Amino acid sequence: MFRILMTSAAVAFALVTPAFAQDDLTDPQIAHIAYTAGELDIAAAEQALQKSTNPVVTEFAQTMARDHRAVNEQALALVEKLGVTPEDNATSAALTKAANATLAELGGLDGEAFDAAYVVNEVTFHQTVNDALKTTLIPSADNAELQTLLEAGLTLFSEHQLHAEHLAATFQ
Amino acid sequence: MSAGRAWPAAIGAMLLLTGGSGFAAEYVIVIDAMKFAAPPADLQAGDVIIWRNEDIFRHTATDRGGSFDIDLEPGAENRLTLETAGAFEVYCRFHPGMIVSLMVEP
Repeated sequence: MFRILMTSAAVAFALVTPAFAQDDLTDPQIAHIAYTAGELDIAAAEQALQKSTNPVVTEFAQTMARDHRAVNEQALALVEKLGVTPEDNATSAALTKAANATLAELGGLDGEAFDAAYVVNEVTFHQTVNDALKTTLIPSADNAELQTLLEAGLTLFSEHQLHAEHLAATFQ
Repeated sequence: MSAGRAWPAAIGAMLLLTGGSGFAAEYVIVIDAMKFAAPPADLQAGDVIIWRNEDIFRHTATDRGGSFDIDLEPGAENRLTLETAGAFEVYCRFHPGMIVSLMVEP
C-alpha cells in the first residue's frame, strides 16, 4: 500500500515538473508560482490537520502551514512594495491541478495510510518545488529582492524536505 | 570566572554579579534565516543565554537531552540559565536540521 502511494504521489508531481521547464518566465509569473506553491502546501497541511491523529504528523503539518503562511505574507508585502501584480500562468495551473488530484486521492485514506501518503507527498512536493527554485525560478528572477525572497524560501523548503524525509522513513 | 575569558564579537555578552560565587556571563544567541548563531566558546555553569528569534518563523531551542525546551515566536526572546556543566545538543523541534552545540564548563 505504502509503495503504491509513493508511486502515485511521484507520478502526480512528475506530471508537473515539465511545466517548470517553460522559459521566459516573468517576475509576476515567478511570484505567482512561488505563492501558489505555498498555498497548496498550506491546503495539504489543513487536510492533514483534519484527518490525522498522529501527533508527529500534525505537528509537522502545523509547521508547514505556519511557515508557508509566513513566507507568503512576505511575498505579498514584496509584490505590493514593488507594485507587481502576480500573474497566473501554466506552471501555477499545473501545480494546482496536480495538488488537487493529490488532495482528492489522500481524502480517501485514513489512519496510518493517510499519514504515510501525506508525508511522502510532502517529500515529493518540496523536492519538485526546490528543484524548480534552483534551476528555473531563482535564475529567471530579474528583481534582486524577489530573488532574495526565493532564496530564503529555498532554504526553508529544503529544511521542510529534509524533515519530511525523516518522517517518511518512520513509516517504512 | 577566569581572567582570560574572551567575548565573541558576534554574540552579545555582559557580566552579572551572582550571589557570592563571582561573575556569570550573559550571552545572546540570535536565531535568524533558519540558523542559530555560533555559540560562545567558553560557557560556564551559571551563565545565562538569551535566545532571541529574529527570524520570520517560529522556532524552538530544545535540548536533545530534555533539560530545556524554549519556544520562540518570531521576535521573541527567552532566558536560560545554564545550571549544570556538560555538552548540550540544541535543535529546533519545528526544523530539526537547525542545530547548535553548547559546551558548558563547571
